[in-house]
Amino acid sequence: MSMKSITRQVNGITIVDLSGRITLGEGSVVLRDLVRDLVTKGQRKILLNLGDVTYIDSSGIGELVSAFTTVRNQGGELKLLNLTKKVHDLLQITKLYTVFDVKDDEATAVAAFK
Amino acid sequence: MTAKRVSYTLDSSLQSVNTAEETAQLLAAKAGFDEDNCLRISMAVREAAVNAVLHGNAYDPSKKMTIAFENTGRALVITVTDEGRGLDVSKVPDPTTPENLLKQSGRGIFLMRSFMDEVRIRLLAPGTEITMVKNVSGPAEHHKEASK
Repeated sequence: MSMKSITRQVNGITIVDLSGRITLGEGSVVLRDLVRDLVTKGQRKILLNLGDVTYIDSSGIGELVSAFTTVRNQGGELKLLNLTKKVHDLLQITKLYTVFDVKDDEATAVAAFK
Repeated sequence: MTAKRVSYTLDSSLQSVNTAEETAQLLAAKAGFDEDNCLRISMAVREAAVNAVLHGNAYDPSKKMTIAFENTGRALVITVTDEGRGLDVSKVPDPTTPENLLKQSGRGIFLMRSFMDEVRIRLLAPGTEITMVKNVSGPAEHHKEASK
């Protein structure tokens, strides 16, 4: 299953609900284009909901890092929501868990943006 | 597990990466690994296949990736070979150090080593061979057996 995304707005925060696989090729390219498009449109508070992401490889991890730095370099914030155990473990192994601001609850995540 | 070896020669494409991952998942389950270890094995194989197709063969249609699965009874031994310019593993930085943490790439070999019990990388002429071992009963048990 390739990656799909739905973008919505909650209290000025752009929430992107991602589902499927973020892997080399289609998934990682979709995520890259999506985040660049949001930043270009001036949206700098982005919450990536990974609750339905079933699989992520090193390219997908790289795209998450790239999305994080792209938004941060524009003075914005990017947070992660609803990590599955697989994704959580991957971020722990790669020591990226502490880099990202990870939330388990959407309302808490939305409130956490400055 | 009973000893058995299968080998595939695949094109340098993303489809081949997916095929390698799916085959690894299937053979790991067949070898008796639990769900978590099947996932670890298939992820390591995916990373090795990406390495071969993207960094090694650079999607060159004239170059092939070979992947072999050997079930020794004590371990699943997986060898991924490409025909590229060769990977100098000493030049691959640790992706978990602060200066590398926010780099977009460079985590493939680290993940292979995290998920498998043993990873050996050998330069060929040309190409790279990555051999990954996952012991049936885990690294501690294997070493205990090996030292007998």
